[in-house]
Amino acid sequence: MKLLLGLITGLIFGYLMQRARVIRYDKQLGALRLQDMTIVKFMLSTVMVGMVGVYLLHDLGVVKLSIKSFDLAAVILGGLIFGLGWGLVGYCPGTASGALGEGRLDAAWGMLGMLVGAGLYAEAYPALSASVLKWGQLGKITLPQALGLNHWLIIGLFILAGALLFWWFEKKGL
Amino acid sequence: MDEHKDKPLSPYLAGGLSGLVLIASVWIAGKYFGASTTFVRSAGMIENLFAPEHVAQNAYFLKEAPLVDWQWMFVLGIIIGSLIAALTTGSFRLRAVPDMWQGRFGSGRASRAGAAFLGGVVAMFGARLAGGCPSGHGLSGSLQLAVSGLVALVCFFLAGVVMARLIYGPGGGR
Repeated sequence: MKLLLGLITGLIFGYLMQRARVIRYDKQLGALRLQDMTIVKFMLSTVMVGMVGVYLLHDLGVVKLSIKSFDLAAVILGGLIFGLGWGLVGYCPGTASGALGEGRLDAAWGMLGMLVGAGLYAEAYPALSASVLKWGQLGKITLPQALGLNHWLIIGLFILAGALLFWWFEKKGL
Repeated sequence: MDEHKDKPLSPYLAGGLSGLVLIASVWIAGKYFGASTTFVRSAGMIENLFAPEHVAQNAYFLKEAPLVDWQWMFVLGIIIGSLIAALTTGSFRLRAVPDMWQGRFGSGRASRAGAAFLGGVVAMFGARLAGGCPSGHGLSGSLQLAVSGLVALVCFFLAGVVMARLIYGPGGGR
């Protein structure tokens, strides 16, 4: 049942990403070249809607949060390494899968590279877990916890900031 | 290049709908979106064909076992969902070189394939070190206001902008 739900969820998400064009190389590089913010609009819209729904359901005690721990060095270093690779391949793991679905053969090469990268990481893991992954383990913290503020205040500010950013994108034609 | 006959969905609408799908997924299946762990599991499955003892001893494959789970089916769903969207809107194209890349480097398939492969290796290594990709950290982490997700997302884009600039040079010209 879990597997079937995963497939259905992926089907809808893949459909929506293709219809909004966000899986394309030109759209991802368009954002990284600060020329076309389509993928940022898509991602932030998902985050803004998801944030309200998930926190509402969490306050009602219906769902659990799933926070990844903030290992300072690993998240920053890994995030920067990811970004360099992303700028080169032009797809992230999710969008490469979608791009393959609409026939982009370079995405297949990217995914092959991603499999190799995952294998290399598995080999490096013992050494990394004894070093970088240990540096600055700050635990599973959220922004409201870190700032000591109510989550709805932060959500409100986040949505306001997002709306202002969208307004600015549209004004500048990005 | 080839302009598609289909009209794209607004990224705000498609992103917002994706947010609703994510909320439903968390509610029904207890699952947040993610993609990069699937590449670890798949790499493990492939390595299992050649060196099962090696995989059995690797600490990372013990943590992320080589098996098909919810997220694996989710990523498969993205490929199929995008395929369905592309076929039903007539926007399926077998293409080896994206337009923007062709404008900068020409239509050579080998150089684009090589760059996509190398970028894929680097991106996945970084994503695993950071503990997630733009789906797991960027969407799921950010919408839960996880500090790890928000910091990772900023790092993804910062380094991505740097790489895009290295490849395409400064300035907004296409």
